Amino acid sequence: MRDFSDEELERYSRHIILEDVGIEGQDKIMDSKILIIGAGGLGSPVALYLAAAGVGEIGIVDGDVVDLSNLQRQVIHATKDIGVPKCESARAKMIAINPHIKVNTYKKFVDASNLLELVSGYDFIIDGTDNFSAKFLINDACVLANKPYSHGGILRFGGQTMTIKPNESACYACVFDRPPPKDAVPTCSSAGILGAIAGMLGTIQATEALKYIVGAGQPLYNSLLSFDAKTMNFRKINFKKNPKCRVCGGEGIKELKDYEAVVCESKI
Amino acid sequence: MNIKINGENREIEKEITITELLVLEKVKMPETVSVQVNDEFIDQDSYENTKIKDGDDINFLYFMGGGA
Repeated sequence: MRDFSDEELERYSRHIILEDVGIEGQDKIMDSKILIIGAGGLGSPVALYLAAAGVGEIGIVDGDVVDLSNLQRQVIHATKDIGVPKCESARAKMIAINPHIKVNTYKKFVDASNLLELVSGYDFIIDGTDNFSAKFLINDACVLANKPYSHGGILRFGGQTMTIKPNESACYACVFDRPPPKDAVPTCSSAGILGAIAGMLGTIQATEALKYIVGAGQPLYNSLLSFDAKTMNFRKINFKKNPKCRVCGGEGIKELKDYEAVVCESKI
Repeated sequence: MNIKINGENREIEKEITITELLVLEKVKMPETVSVQVNDEFIDQDSYENTKIKDGDDINFLYFMGGGA
């Protein structure tokens, strides 16, 4: 275990006094590497909390620049950042909170050509993307690379999340099989999202990542937590790994393929 | 007969298939929901042939694709 400086002992004191984390848990957090895909509604709170927690190395993947309409919910970005790449804007806030951490920025969108290499350098992955092609691709890459990850989805007043430990717990495709037909499911840009919902779900994802790193409690394996903030009803639906799963089941997948490409192939 | 849908107790008159239940529940596009009966996911191709029985615990899991 590392020698903590006085500054670190004070900075992380509320973790260190916490039963189930302690100095060993904080040491694990500081040794960990977490990749956040998407520096938007979900990625913002995840990045802020993981930086504050002292996660040693955090990767931020986002090919976009900050837009005025992002600021209603993407709380890591400020008005002055409009036009700045999101990964750079996020990095500046994370380093301001915690100069001890290392933040790697990737100004790109994930696809089948780059995702396996991206996830390979990290211990845990956060899905903070806003479309089904990316969500299924992240699931597939994490299953292939055997990387644990947190799935998150939000819409209007609701959210859902599950944590996946490939080959041990059910994957996203065990539950949802494949992306819905294009435009069948509304998106945040077409149907809206209450800004604070991104915070509700993103902080759950950050918590799951830290639980996994520290080894505390029970991650959301084999269960989908969903909530409706209008009634504040939270539900956990339990399931098992599907032995016939297209992605992680018997045959499973052998290589990563973009989902649009898969759709095109099936048309031929 | 009595069943549970998304945790709520419901009464339906007779045995029906999942396809009929989706209509009853006003789910317009079955492709946008994943159906679980007593902890098992039902393949979309089997909706027509799968009958809902008394006491079944059914969950509709809806896609949520937002994040940014």
